[in-house]
Formats: sequence, structure tokens, C-alpha cells
Amino acid sequence: MGYLRDAPDDWLPLRLVDQDGTPLLGAELPPHDTVLAIFRWMVFGRVFDQRMLSLQRQGRIGTIGSIRGQEASAAGLGVAMQGLDWLAGSYRELLTYMVHGVPAETLISLYRGGVPGPFPEGVRALPVQIVIGAQTPQAAGLGLALKLRQERAAVVACCGDGATSEGDFHEGVNFAGAHHLPVVFFVQNNGWAISVPRARQTASATIAQKAFAYGMPAAQVDGNDALAVYEVCREALERARRGDGPSLIEAVTYRLGPHTTSDDPTRYREETEVKAREAEDPLPRLRRYLEHAGIYEEGLQERLEEEARESMGKAVAVAEAVPPVTPEQVFDLTWAAETDGARRERERALRELREVGEL
Amino acid sequence: MKANVVEAVQDALRIALREDPACLVLGEDVGRNGGVFRATDGLQQEFGESRVLDTPLAESSIAGVGLGLAAAGMHPVCEIQFAGFLYITMNQIGSQVARLRLRTGGSLKAQMVIRAPYGGNVRTPDLHSDSFEAIYAHTPGIKVVLPATAYAAKGLLLAAIEDPDPVLFLEPMRIYRGYREEIPDGRYTVPLGQARVAREGVDVTLVAYGAAVGTALEAADALATEGVEAEVVDLQTVAPLDAETVLASVRKTGRAVVIHEAARPGGLGAEVSAVIQEGAFYSLEAPIERVTGWGTPYPFVQAEGLYVPSAARIAAAARRALSA
Ligand SMILES: Cc1ncc(C[n+]2csc(CCOP(=O)(O)OP(=O)(O)O)c2C)c(N)n1
Ligand SMILES: [Mg+2]
Repeated sequence: MGYLRDAPDDWLPLRLVDQDGTPLLGAELPPHDTVLAIFRWMVFGRVFDQRMLSLQRQGRIGTIGSIRGQEASAAGLGVAMQGLDWLAGSYRELLTYMVHGVPAETLISLYRGGVPGPFPEGVRALPVQIVIGAQTPQAAGLGLALKLRQERAAVVACCGDGATSEGDFHEGVNFAGAHHLPVVFFVQNNGWAISVPRARQTASATIAQKAFAYGMPAAQVDGNDALAVYEVCREALERARRGDGPSLIEAVTYRLGPHTTSDDPTRYREETEVKAREAEDPLPRLRRYLEHAGIYEEGLQERLEEEARESMGKAVAVAEAVPPVTPEQVFDLTWAAETDGARRERERALRELREVGEL
Repeated sequence: MKANVVEAVQDALRIALREDPACLVLGEDVGRNGGVFRATDGLQQEFGESRVLDTPLAESSIAGVGLGLAAAGMHPVCEIQFAGFLYITMNQIGSQVARLRLRTGGSLKAQMVIRAPYGGNVRTPDLHSDSFEAIYAHTPGIKVVLPATAYAAKGLLLAAIEDPDPVLFLEPMRIYRGYREEIPDGRYTVPLGQARVAREGVDVTLVAYGAAVGTALEAADALATEGVEAEVVDLQTVAPLDAETVLASVRKTGRAVVIHEAARPGGLGAEVSAVIQEGAFYSLEAPIERVTGWGTPYPFVQAEGLYVPSAARIAAAARRALSA
């Protein structure tokens, strides 16, 4: 605790566990069952990512972004959240969505081009956002509602480093600051916005420091140190739930894979850079910590991978058993209740499709 | 040279950058990466980072910076990565770019082009497949141009860059990498504000633009096997509309089908139909048909094949018009 700062410091990203898995001197680390939960989700994220990329290659889902290398940020955040907290994230936070209670099959359906959601009853999350930055002011709105209703919960607004250039990002963060809202802005700075490097995105030395201008504290955390991410998120979320206002966390991580399956990263970044960052893979790092702490049981990772593959297999089967979307569903979902005019337009469109045998 | 649509766009940009020192290209990922569709491939290497700029990820600023550049006498070509994200530029385009001339009593002009890939049936994520031409056609002060072939893409884009007024240039993603056609090397322009007859016929007029022109031509082929000679009019510029070419065709055929993949309500189909009934009412032998997207947002990938007009739907509408 006490990781959030009110003014720029020398900005060495917060770290609790070193690359080799040893805790830093004096680091207060989460209890073992929490650490194991984070590890399990990270393994799941890795398996999920592999499976989604292979489904895409087989033409069974559409374009998808890779989350490989960012599992520590996604899982550290997700595990720190509680059931009543809201999640407003993007395509890069699929793992956080799953930790927060969205089943894998729902996300697979989304990427199969089916009806997105609905999320299970009680899972508080906005749709997986594709329009960069749009979720940020929406999160401020959720935060305002929590504040007005005096609910003890927080909102997490996730986005990437590139998204911090959008007007929506600034408007959302400013709103939350001005109204002292229970929102945690969680920026995964993975070094790149497609081909544009972080340095080209903003002349600020850090993304974290932007928070100060909006009147809220911030932390920059090593986004590949799952436990540091967890701890700083826990602090920021607690603070928000207590009514002490918003904060911003910049998790410095790295996208090891392509931006999406349509992207060719060799056009804009050096293989040597990627190789160097592979060595900072957060998953083996947390595993080294588990070993260091003496809580790694022989074969644990393999067992978790097997479990993850099995549950992914089931999720894929469930998603693929969903019948393809019908035009009726699209019309049904457009309006809560159709007016006469909307109903006639639906009937006309369907008649036209039937006439040519497309329906 | 042989080129598909995206290569034709790239060639036009290269020519403009070479010949017009005031021209520059800006947008997300247009530099080193050459654009996510490679429309700007190699341009940064050739012309340098000061003329082919990777912008921060912020569409409103891309349009607003474009206006500033243009007001200062530059000729920016701004890229919005997908037309769906034009929503974010609406303030800069609608309330600023389109009105600069009017607002300054003609002393400042926004000679700029905003390019964006648009359109569906390419299995993209949410908001990557929308067609927004009607929104901007309803924003007088900016021309809205949609090429249907590689030849038109190059010639219209070069015309747009040298046009003193702002142009929204919507490139049909579905035919970006379609077949390569022979197009002239070097500079040539296709005039803005003029439709073209893509196929001549006497029985019914099919009015389309962008990728839908290809679908309309397919429908015309199918109709030809039934002895129906459809004329296909490719609007090319949907705002301001070239009513004369449409009217001349409808006066000849007496029947019209208007096609677009954008949503039906308030779409260009309504505008074109109104123009026809105003200018060729006494030539009409049947109600004007529209084949369009539905009155819903652009749907999920699994349903998009039914949303985007097919050749079968267009041919059926033509038959309805013929049997009326
Ligand atoms: C408003 C908007 N503009 C452009 C895009 C296209 N696009 C998708 S992801 C992306 C880069 C995002 O970078 P960043 O915010 O760093 O997130 P990351 O993908 O690295 O997680 C872009 C430009 C989009 N989806 N939405
Ligand atoms: Mg990024």
C-alpha cells in the first residue's frame, strides 16, 4: 500500500518481484491463494490466446488481438477487482473480462461474429470496446452513478497507451477528477499502438503523470510484475470504493504478439526488440516467484494448462453450437419496442430476402 | 500500369506528393507501416517523415489539424483508418471543415482530403464496416466521393487533392484488393461531381456507387440472360449529386433501382429517388425501388451477408420495377 503518488517522482516503475522471481526487499506480497489465482488466470490467458489465434487461422473466428505478454496486467487487475466493481475495457482486456466473470464462450461467440453477450446476470461490465477510448467517459458515468447511489464499488476503465491520445480519454479522466468519482483508469502501455511507438504518441515522459494535471494520484507499475499490478490495483480500487476519488495506473508491459491477426509487426519493429522482451515474459516470472516462495507444486503449470485447454475446448464447442445470427435477431436487438414504422421496415427487409431465397 | 484499388490510391498519393510540394499525408499508422491496408506503403521512405506523418491516435485532431494545415495553404490528405471512426471527426468535419469557406467570407479554404476505407462483407470487428456517406452528404460544404474501380480511385483522388473544397473520399474496402485493371501511368484526373454510365441499357436504370457498382453490374449480367438490358449509373460523387446523368438515364429507361449498402432510413437512396421524381416524374413507368442495408445498425459478421445488397436482391428489384 502507499504506491500511488501525488506528483511525479523519479518514475521507476513499481516492482515487487524481480525478473528472476525474487521479491524485492521489504515487499508486501499478496497471500498465496491470491498469487495462485493470478497464476492460474495468467496460464488460462496464455492458452486462450493460443487457441483464439489458431481458431482465427482456421477461419472459425474473425480478426483478433493477441494478449500474449500482457497476462500479468490483465490478471493482476482482474483478480484485484470485486464482484460489484464495473469493468469498462477493450479487446486487449479479454482476460480481465473473463476473470471478472464473462465466460470464454461469450467472447468466442463475439469473435465468431455472433450476437455479443449478453454477459451473465450480475457481471458488471460494458461491452468489449472497439472504438479506441470511448469507454473512458462512459466509466466516469458509471462512477457518477455509483457515487450518487452511494454504492461501495469502483469502476475500472482500461485502455492502451495509444488511447491516451484520444479526446475521449482526456474528457473522461478530467470528468472523474472534477467530480471526485470512484474510477480507476488502468492504462496498459504495451509500447505500441499498432505501428506507432509510445514515444510518438505523447511527449510526456510517462502516461502516469497525466493524472496529476487532472487532480488525481497515479502510479506507474511494471506491468509484467503480476503481484505489483495486483497490489497497486487493490490500493486504487479500495481508495475508490472508500469514496476517496479516482486514480490512474500505467502498467508498463509489452505486446509480444501481433497487434491483431491482420497485423505484420515485422514492418515496424525489430525482431531483436521482441526477443529481448520475450525474456521478460510475465508468466515464467511469476512461476519463478512461486518456486521461490515454495508454493510451486511439481507439474502445476502443466496441470493448469491442461485444465485451461479442456475448458477452452468446451467453450469453443458451446460457442460453435450457437446457431448463426438471424436478421430477426438484429431487428429484435435494434429497438426495445418497434414502432409501426420500424416493424414495417423489418417486414419489408425480410420479405425482400425471402423473395430471393436468401432467407 | 496494372493496379487494384488500393494500389491506385497509393499511386495517386505518390504522384501528388511528388508534384505538389504543399501536399502531405497524415494519419494513424500511415508512415512506417504504410497504412493498415498499405495504401501509403513506401511513401514515408520516399518523402520523409515531414510529409508522411504518423499522428497520435486521435481522429478529431487528424481532421482538425488537417483544417489548420489547409488554412495555412497546405494540401493535406488525412487518413481515417476505418470510416466508422469518422464519427469521432464529426465535429471537426461537420461544424468546421465544411463551413470554413462560408464562415470566413471566402477568405480561407479547406483544400483537404479525408480518406477512409468503408463498407462491409469483409468480416471485420464492430464499427469497421459502416457506410457513412449519407451523413456527410447531409453536410453541405464537403464533397463526398466514392470510387468503384481502380481507374476511378486514382483519377478521383488526384482530382480531390487539387480541388479547392474539402473532399471526403470513401474507399470501398471490399474491392481494395480486387482484380488489377490497366490504368494510365502518371497524372490524370476524373472530374468530381460527375456520374458515369458503367453499362448501357434501355430497360431499367441501376444507380449505385462504390463497391455496390460491381454488384449492380453482376445483377445486370443476370438480367441480360432474361433479355433485360439494365443501365448501370455509377454516381462516383454522391454530394453534390450529378442529377443530370441519373435523369438522362431514367428518362430513357423509365425505371430506376437505387442501391447502397448503408442503412435504408435517410440514405442516399431517398435522395436519389427524390431527385428522380422531381426531374423525371413523367418518364417513370414504375415506382422507384431501393435495395439497401436495413433499418438497423450494421449487423454482426454472421448476418452481414444478408444486409449488404446482393446481385440477386438487385435483380429482383429490377424485375419488380419492370413488372409494375
Ligand atoms: C477510434 C479508433 N481509431 C482507430 C482504431 C483502429 N485501432 C485499433 S487498435 C489501435 C491501436 C490501439 O493502441 P493502444 O491504445 O496502445 O492499445 P493496444 O492495441 O496497444 O492494446 C488502432 C489505431 C480504432 N479501433 N478506434
Ligand atoms: Mg498499446
